[in-house]
Amino acid sequence: MSNDNVIEVKNLTMEYSTRKGNVSAVDNVSFSIKRGQALGLVGESGCGKTSIAKSLLKLLPDNAMIQQGQIVLNGKDMVPLSETEMRTHRWSEISMVFQAAMNAFNPVYTVGDQIIEAIETHLPKVTEAEGRAKIETLFRMVGLAPEMMDRYPHEYSGGMRQRAVIAMALSCDPDIIIADEPTTALDVIVQDSILKEITALQENLNMSMVYISHDVAVIAEVSDRVGVMYAGRMVELADTEEIFIRPIHPYTYALMQSFPSVTGPKKELISLPGEPPDLLHPPKGCRFHPRCPNRIEQCDQEQPEWKDYGNNHFCACWNPMEVN
Amino acid sequence: MSDQPLIKVEGLRKLYPIDAGVFRKATSFNHAVDGLNFEIGQGESLGLVGESGCGKSTTGKMLVSLYEPSDGKIQLKVNDDYIDVNNIDRADRKDYRRNVQMIFQDPYESMNPRMTIFDIVGEPLSVQGIGTIAQREERVTEFLEMVGLTPASSFLFRYPHELSGGQRQRVAIARALVIEPNFVVADEPTSMLDVSIRTGVMKLMQDLAERLDVTYLYITHDLAVARYMCDRIAVMYLGKIVEIGPTEELLSNPRHPYTKALLSAVPIPDPRITRDPVLIEGGISKAIDPPAQCRFYGRCPIRDEYCKTHDHPPLERKGSGMDVACYKVAVDGE
Repeated sequence: MSNDNVIEVKNLTMEYSTRKGNVSAVDNVSFSIKRGQALGLVGESGCGKTSIAKSLLKLLPDNAMIQQGQIVLNGKDMVPLSETEMRTHRWSEISMVFQAAMNAFNPVYTVGDQIIEAIETHLPKVTEAEGRAKIETLFRMVGLAPEMMDRYPHEYSGGMRQRAVIAMALSCDPDIIIADEPTTALDVIVQDSILKEITALQENLNMSMVYISHDVAVIAEVSDRVGVMYAGRMVELADTEEIFIRPIHPYTYALMQSFPSVTGPKKELISLPGEPPDLLHPPKGCRFHPRCPNRIEQCDQEQPEWKDYGNNHFCACWNPMEVN
Repeated sequence: MSDQPLIKVEGLRKLYPIDAGVFRKATSFNHAVDGLNFEIGQGESLGLVGESGCGKSTTGKMLVSLYEPSDGKIQLKVNDDYIDVNNIDRADRKDYRRNVQMIFQDPYESMNPRMTIFDIVGEPLSVQGIGTIAQREERVTEFLEMVGLTPASSFLFRYPHELSGGQRQRVAIARALVIEPNFVVADEPTSMLDVSIRTGVMKLMQDLAERLDVTYLYITHDLAVARYMCDRIAVMYLGKIVEIGPTEELLSNPRHPYTKALLSAVPIPDPRITRDPVLIEGGISKAIDPPAQCRFYGRCPIRDEYCKTHDHPPLERKGSGMDVACYKVAVDGE
């Protein structure tokens, strides 16, 4: 069974060291993704979604350190690898679609040249002509005119740039791509076409994907499985329909109930009291307990364990929704 | 109470010159806002919705006199008289300022970092010369508690950088409402906030609107947020209102092809529902010296020869309370 997992993350803990002390941005997070599966990571700012993405690619800033855990990609643990070794896996096995498409390209080179550079770095045997042919196919795949490859980034619109970033992520045929808020800065109509593009590509190429977003609605549309993050911890993980129909963690429930929709009956929106915690001094026990409506005595003492609720549904909570 | 609207906008335009130089007059213009007509009733909340670049923020800024319109008339009702916002004498200007306020999008950039929360929220009072220092402090405290910053005394002498985004936006709301204005323009006030905090701020704004009888122009790109905040919604496209009407009617039964596309593009937070396909493509551009035909012509899925050869369609009543600017939509709204 574990063989069709493209990536397995086990007990990943990542800390940033700051002048005020260590901040555990990712705390003991485990999940795995099968070939062709899309995992959505959802949570609010500072919950550790982007830190997970950066850890998976090991594109961490100098003050960040993976303290514990394994990242097993195609059967090999990435955590102990050196930067040089990591480079042989990056882009050819795991690549990333960045959040700020505006800044993902160097303004003084053409977009095509920059993608060729990525291809040449990671697949040294490919010639320039082959590289250009590859980009042509990629551009057609993501809905860009192939001539655009000889243009500079400023000649692209926001949506086109995001498509080019996706083409770049696909350039070395990775097994898994990490998409970090790829449509957040875009208008809805453009967002819609990019989302369609991403899901179609992912299905056609049978690629795995981690899709990171704060937008519950986008996550509902693109992912097969959803992980909910809160303050550096994963609080719930289940298949998409399952988690939307039967959320177990009170935070997941609140997140879904606070999200307005344009369709269906106009439901009452839930608002949570307080704000997410400061990770320099996270609350003891469950990190959600100060804001939790289901809080019981145990919650501020012990960290809840990661429990299996059947149907491939996991949750860490002392007093889950359905038990009541 | 009379049925007269609080604010009346007629033929409002804002043109930005594109190629003006030191010795050269501009020959082409970006028609950011091009001939808007609408009214907002006392206590009503009107949502202005559209993609980036459609002119919604420019409209908001003209209503609070941060931008000067190129053409058109904005009238605000003050003490049962309408004052013309762009031809205002000094005495009326103070009245006008007292009745109109704005809440900005970015709570990180809209506050002076060197001022304390008390100074920030109290500034409108001192500018208007309301009360003594002691009275102002009492008033500021009252409003901070009203926006949920309790105990107010622990916030009064802090600086903006000590507060979170949600708390800052609450300060911005207190600052806008402390002089009890009639009319507030809120420009994407919740778009920078996280979901769990956003709902609280939205509820607060509604609650205060009722308590203080505030009228909002609520600018947002998010139709789902507009659904919860607004009584009526106006959809803008390249400087024009293409459809305006009561919120639920507009969302459940949109008439204009652009509104339809915009609505079907909004992701739904329920994996069991599949959206209708979006029938238009491409992004919004700028209306630089646009041709006389319908602004939406280039992307419209139902255009025909008539649309090509005629001017931009006027807003006309088409079905229950809905005004639509489209030749292809029949009078009964179908």
